[in-house]
Amino acid sequence: MTLLAVERIKLFSTRSPWWCTLLALALPIGLASIIAANSNSDFPLTVSLTQTGYTFGLIVIMVLAALAITTEYRFGTIKSTFQAVPNRTAPLVAKAVVVTLLAGVVGEAAAFGALGISKLIKPDVALTLSSSTEWRNVAGVGLVYACGALLALGVGMLIRQTAGAVSILLVWALLAENLVTLIPKIGVKIQAWLPFHVADHFLNGGEPTPRGRDGGPAAVVYHLSPWGSLLYFAGVSLAVLIIGIVVTNKRDA
Amino acid sequence: MIEAVGLTKRYGQTVAVDNLSFTVQPGRVTGFLGPNGAGKSTTMRMILGLDNPTAGRVLIGGKPYKQLDRPLRTVGALLDAKWVHPNRSARAHLLWLARSNGLPARRVDEVLELVGLTKVAKRRAGGFSLGMSQRLGIAGALLGDPGVLLFDEPVNGLDPEGILWIRNFMQGLAADGRTVLVSSHLLSEMALTAEDLVVIGRGKLISQGSTTDFIERSTENTVLVRSPHLDKLRPALLDKGFTVREDGDGTLTVSGASSDQIGDIAAAGGVVLHELSPQRGSLEQAFMQLTGDAVEYRTDLGGTDGVADNFVPAGK
Ligand SMILES: Nc1ncnc2c1ncn2[C@@H]1O[C@H](COP(=O)(O)OP(=O)(O)OP(=O)(O)O)[C@@H](O)[C@H]1O
Ligand SMILES: [Mg+2]
Repeated sequence: MTLLAVERIKLFSTRSPWWCTLLALALPIGLASIIAANSNSDFPLTVSLTQTGYTFGLIVIMVLAALAITTEYRFGTIKSTFQAVPNRTAPLVAKAVVVTLLAGVVGEAAAFGALGISKLIKPDVALTLSSSTEWRNVAGVGLVYACGALLALGVGMLIRQTAGAVSILLVWALLAENLVTLIPKIGVKIQAWLPFHVADHFLNGGEPTPRGRDGGPAAVVYHLSPWGSLLYFAGVSLAVLIIGIVVTNKRDA
Repeated sequence: MIEAVGLTKRYGQTVAVDNLSFTVQPGRVTGFLGPNGAGKSTTMRMILGLDNPTAGRVLIGGKPYKQLDRPLRTVGALLDAKWVHPNRSARAHLLWLARSNGLPARRVDEVLELVGLTKVAKRRAGGFSLGMSQRLGIAGALLGDPGVLLFDEPVNGLDPEGILWIRNFMQGLAADGRTVLVSSHLLSEMALTAEDLVVIGRGKLISQGSTTDFIERSTENTVLVRSPHLDKLRPALLDKGFTVREDGDGTLTVSGASSDQIGDIAAAGGVVLHELSPQRGSLEQAFMQLTGDAVEYRTDLGGTDGVADNFVPAGK
């Protein structure tokens, strides 16, 4: 419990988490308002459409999570941390809990904020959460943010440098997973198992016309149910985090 | 008490610390002396469990650091004053450290007062001067009121006032009965601060013992003699087995003899002396010779008569 308080103090006594939080809220909500304002009968507004910007918020949250650990290496506070608590797993897990909770809360706020602002802009469109799919579209965002934060923390622990960790995360989430499509035939088969694609399937899977992350018609056939997809994404993230913790325990601080 | 036994640390090909054994006693400041790259910081990181030794172990009050419960209450350390997030306030920095070891926020204000940072406690640590950062680091080390304190080159880059403050502070801590280990690469600084010395060179122990003994032994003591009757004095000194060097301008440099002995010999021979002054070699020069080649020095040590008993040669 005390370690949770410690990590909370550490996180919120610097500025970058506040900026990241603000940005992680502003980007999805901002995009939702643009989409809502430009929607019409040819381009009808739906619940899932209000959440289009979740990827941007997810990226920012992952940057926040990576920074939470890499800045400790950059400024040497990780040494003070391990000096204060030599059982390294404990503070690392505490950090993961705090960052993941924050990511989850920000994700929910961003998602419901995006829905809310769309309703304000287009009061006559029925944007109600009437089906479980629509609930998943919106409320699922927080869960994806939380898992993404775990993944980013793990990468941060392994790489230990801000620039390196953030580039890996950006390239992975925004570029690498989409470039896999270019591989003939098996490209889409691989994509069905790539973590960020699967996370997207959790949020948007089971829609009448699945969007697919690359905007085109969904060529990827997912093998997991939406909730199975979330478990898969969570599992991958947790695995990276655990590897990060194990490696940190073995290495010199 | 700190006790290192056969401590060894290898980074790839580099042997940073090589089979190092020493003890640090409570109630006195112990200097940890060695030139740049000797392995002082590496040893201190191993004491704190931050780096894993390749071989050997180091115990604090009989326990490895990693087995200490709420270690800040047992060991306080300042290894690098820059290990603070620059955008965090001094108080926030100490607050999270205190919380992690179950220390009350009141204690944070106490140590801030102790090091004289109360007025700037809310300012971001990144804007602190070197002296202020150093004080913040010391405040962090004192948080848990620990019985063992480690400081890695705490006076590096400080102005004379800051140096004096830290020196007095450390001596005060030792006077309370705490174990204080302070590293430095300056023998002249340690001569003023530390009662005991652990001297290392290239990761190996050179000597451990009292500072006065170390200085006595590592600096060459000579006596400068000026006299109009050198031709009479010289043979008398040589007769007694002292080494004499003619300086050419009517002076002799005598090694192995005290000024008292030389005065007596001169009086006995009816020689007039115009000057009789003990000379002390520079501390830094002597220290450089010692640590320049750790291994060679160790062999010398065994054959020298003047070695004080409480000097423990490396490896014992
Ligand atoms: N993390 C590391 N990786 C590789 N080599 C290292 C590492 N830390 C220290 N070394 C090497 O180990 C040796 C001892 O370094 P250390 O910093 O302990 O010396 P020091 O006595 O503290 O020196 P200084 O007076 O300059 O602070 C040096 O040769 C250094 O290059
Ligand atoms: Mg050093």
